[in-house]
Amino acid sequence: MERIIFYTLALIIVVFAIASVSSRKMLRSVIYLLFVLCGIAGFYFLIDYNFLAAIQLTVYAGGIIVLLIFSVMLVHHIEMELEVVKKARQILVGLLCLIGLGVFLITIYTHPFVVVENQITTTTADIGYKLLSYDDGGFILPFEVISVLLLAAMIGAIVIAKKVGSE
Amino acid sequence: MIRFFSITKNIHEWLFNLMPESVASVVEMILIAVVYLLIFAVAGLYLVLLERRVAAWFQLRIGPNRVGYQGLLQTMADALKLVSKELTGTEKADKFLYNLAPYFVIISSLMALSVFPFTQDFQAFDINIGLLFLIAISSIGVIGILLGGWSSNNKFALIGAMRSGVQTISYELSVGLSLLTMVLLTGSLQLSEIVEVQKGGWLIVQGHIPAVIAFMIYMIAGTAETNRAPFDLVEAESELGAGFHTEYSGMKFAYFFLAEFINMFIIAAIATTVFFGAWLSPFGITESIPILGVVWFLGKTLILVFLMMWFRWTFPRLRIDQLLTLEWKYLLPINLINIVVMAFVVWLKITI
Repeated sequence: MERIIFYTLALIIVVFAIASVSSRKMLRSVIYLLFVLCGIAGFYFLIDYNFLAAIQLTVYAGGIIVLLIFSVMLVHHIEMELEVVKKARQILVGLLCLIGLGVFLITIYTHPFVVVENQITTTTADIGYKLLSYDDGGFILPFEVISVLLLAAMIGAIVIAKKVGSE
Repeated sequence: MIRFFSITKNIHEWLFNLMPESVASVVEMILIAVVYLLIFAVAGLYLVLLERRVAAWFQLRIGPNRVGYQGLLQTMADALKLVSKELTGTEKADKFLYNLAPYFVIISSLMALSVFPFTQDFQAFDINIGLLFLIAISSIGVIGILLGGWSSNNKFALIGAMRSGVQTISYELSVGLSLLTMVLLTGSLQLSEIVEVQKGGWLIVQGHIPAVIAFMIYMIAGTAETNRAPFDLVEAESELGAGFHTEYSGMKFAYFFLAEFINMFIIAAIATTVFFGAWLSPFGITESIPILGVVWFLGKTLILVFLMMWFRWTFPRLRIDQLLTLEWKYLLPINLINIVVMAFVVWLKITI
């Protein structure tokens, strides 16, 4: 059963990833990308990592995709289609993708994966404790650094959004 | 003592005796899905009827009362009519996205429906991140509205969709944060555990002042999330025709319409679960009859649904700047302070 779900999800991800880069309508690409991201969330559900799956859905599917749709809606008319690039460029991109895929596959097939018998579902409480612990392997420093970064981004956004010279 | 568990267990055993294990589990999944689809359709249709009757009551009319006893079959007849109608569309619409959009809305609300603990044993999917899952799913529904508005190739629909996007993204914050306030009390995101915590008293009582504030914020933001009046800028009929679903007809329109009502039910059901003890009876008066939990759950939910309908027929519609001011200048700061207050309440153990 799990095997069937795995391959179905994998198929969905691969098909829609290709569709996403090859579609000439911008909003359709965004929707195909949404399917890819939902498929990845499905993988997280499959390995029982529910927290990450929900975060994947909230942040990527709910946040980033909505933002993308918004920007497409603002700049793109429904009858416009993206232009096809020149042949030489297509070949170059194709080659680069093949090299990337090659490196990726070689890494996966040479890395000795160890099967771990893990039946424990990570709870949200565990993640919270880990994020705020300052013992060995705790994540308090990165957590605080990211919160400062977010604060800076927020203040920056407010400063940019304020009209200059309105006083 | 009748419990849901015994009924489902009997069906389960019967299925597994009848056919091989793998087939039986698939059949079981399909059965559960069908049950939830039925709940979805019936609840949606009867909420529409309820809305129309309540609206009529507020406006001193009678409302639909001819089809069936007291108009009970009215919305069924409407649904049959909608099924038989022609599916029209605009010529230069993006057909693929245009047809896809209703399913986003309907699937996201159907998925949200599956995690509610209707009673102790009647819960399809008791995931350990229940509340987070609900918030995640509700953020997907808006994509359907945005797509529907854009792909119809209609100005009014596009404006409606844009407004919906702005509104939903802003108010999602308040919904999330007010629920987070209550999570401080429960210490768990799992819905069954949240109910378990409330056996000593509903959370709105346990958390007293901050909980009441959180509940008020939640109801305001929840009404805005479902795009209902007084926050129905999305389909402000005096300005935008019918908003994002102007170009939809027949069953595709009905999907949007049903999903709106189911979303209202979902918002009320989350409030019931988090603030009012889900299927728990007040003071445990019917604790010996567990099957009555469904009645309590639906009763509380319907009271909250009625409250939302009351909002709709009482308040005039907000302007877009008023809507955004309300969220960003009032609800969000109040919410943030409220979380800190709740944290102190939990820390100093002054809960009731």
